[in-house]
Amino acid sequence: MESKPAEPAEQPVISLRGAVASLGSRPVLRGVDLAVRRGEVVALLGANGSGKSTAVRAVVGQVPLSGGELSLFGTPFRRFRDWSRIGYVPQRTTAASGVPATVREVVSAGRLARTRFGVLRKADKAAVGRALALVDMEGYADASVGALSGGQHQRVLIARALAAEPELLIMDEPMAGVDLANQEVLANAVREQVAAGATVLLVLHELGPLEPLIDRAVVLRDGCVVHDGAPPEAVGQHALPGHDHVHPHAAHDAEPLRTGLLS
Amino acid sequence: MDLLNYAFMQRALLAAVLVGLTAPAIGTYLVQRRQAVMGDGIGHVALTGVALGFLLNASPVWLATLVAVLGAVGMELIRSRGRTSGDIALAMLFYGGLAGGVMIINLAPGGSTSNLTSYLFGSITTVSAEDITAVVVLAAFVLAVTLGLRRQLFAVCQDEEFARVTGLPVRLLNLLLAVTAAVTVTVAMRIVGLLLVSAMMVIPVAAAQRVTRGFAATLAVAMGIGVLVSLSGTVATYYIDAPSGATIVLLAIAVFTVLTALSAPLARRRAEAARAAEEVCTRDDVKV
Repeated sequence: MESKPAEPAEQPVISLRGAVASLGSRPVLRGVDLAVRRGEVVALLGANGSGKSTAVRAVVGQVPLSGGELSLFGTPFRRFRDWSRIGYVPQRTTAASGVPATVREVVSAGRLARTRFGVLRKADKAAVGRALALVDMEGYADASVGALSGGQHQRVLIARALAAEPELLIMDEPMAGVDLANQEVLANAVREQVAAGATVLLVLHELGPLEPLIDRAVVLRDGCVVHDGAPPEAVGQHALPGHDHVHPHAAHDAEPLRTGLLS
Repeated sequence: MDLLNYAFMQRALLAAVLVGLTAPAIGTYLVQRRQAVMGDGIGHVALTGVALGFLLNASPVWLATLVAVLGAVGMELIRSRGRTSGDIALAMLFYGGLAGGVMIINLAPGGSTSNLTSYLFGSITTVSAEDITAVVVLAAFVLAVTLGLRRQLFAVCQDEEFARVTGLPVRLLNLLLAVTAAVTVTVAMRIVGLLLVSAMMVIPVAAAQRVTRGFAATLAVAMGIGVLVSLSGTVATYYIDAPSGATIVLLAIAVFTVLTALSAPLARRRAEAARAAEEVCTRDDVKV
């Protein structure tokens, strides 16, 4: 094990090796390898229940691994403290919080990783403003998040992740429940981050407007990686790499891979 | 204002201001993460501490603080495990605290359940000089936490998973929040009473939300309402000789009702504006 703090250029930003995790008694990740190098945009695809969300939550330490290794920016997860380098967009929940909050308050929470004792200085407020501008939500800064549409809410969550000016963006289904116009705004924000050199790992149900940005796709099925390479082309289920051409007469437990590319 | 000539009344009014500030301050965070009844639970548990004070001939306020803190930490540990049986475990803690208090007070020499009444419902005449020192110290702690760490606590209560990924010490902040809630219960115990403490944590916040859109604004307005009702309730109690807790809570409910009535037309107008905006958008979408 190396303990040097310096990061060699070829060191992957995310390195997950042989990850094993279970939720309750159900194994969800069964030996997942995932490496994301600096500047790459990697999409995690797979059917519902394939483990793709669990995989990203494991990467940010929110699902304990019962086996395997995780390192972020070349640091073993146990010793990783540089959280401001990561911008995380969790899966959007519709559960409203009990007290209203403005868009600016929610986005400012994303800046905490860069502050000392939670004091927002001028530079921090400017960063919050820039993050709001990136997702085109400046006009809503003082609006209550509870009054926003699903797509606008998702833009706020992405602004919150961008407020810390992270090098690595990790997003769990950022396009879920977002209409096309909002998807375009989100795709633009991600495109700008990528152009500025950000590394991106995102869980997607379908490639959508982000497709041209994606360098590599990792497809999971039943907690295993079944494809790691060029993104599948959205022409049909059979064109999907990793699709193993199971037909109705094949073993009944081999459920066909559904990435939702057609839906 | 002849009531200011009495030392007990000066103490009661000071305690009332501190209750009005602290209970809604911690309550805003509890309501935010839908833990509004936590204050109620801690209040039940604190009763065991009060009774222990009688039994051991020690200060009921400090012992209540100690037992309430232990209970709140227990509740937080149960919550953070997220077990489905957590509900039952919490219920055990609540009722155990209440039953323990009643049992212990009857074991105390010369003690009976009636000793507990002023702690259960609040009483302005019972705030002793010794109590007020404890209340001031504890209230200062509550305000330091709820105002000084408001951004961190907001982040944790808003989205715990995101807060962990920003590197915040979430477990520590959760425990601190629980301890602060417990301390607030004992701050409010003398004036509002253990059974009505939770009302002061929840109702001013609910009332404030009727007219606010943001978290900081809700916190500030809730604290304002808290001070208003606890001060006026304490003064009213001086004249009508009722338990201060009941007066204060009924006043808080009155404020909530008035703000709800006032904000209804406002909310309706906002909803109509939103609907109108939506219609315009749909028409635009069709054109594209």
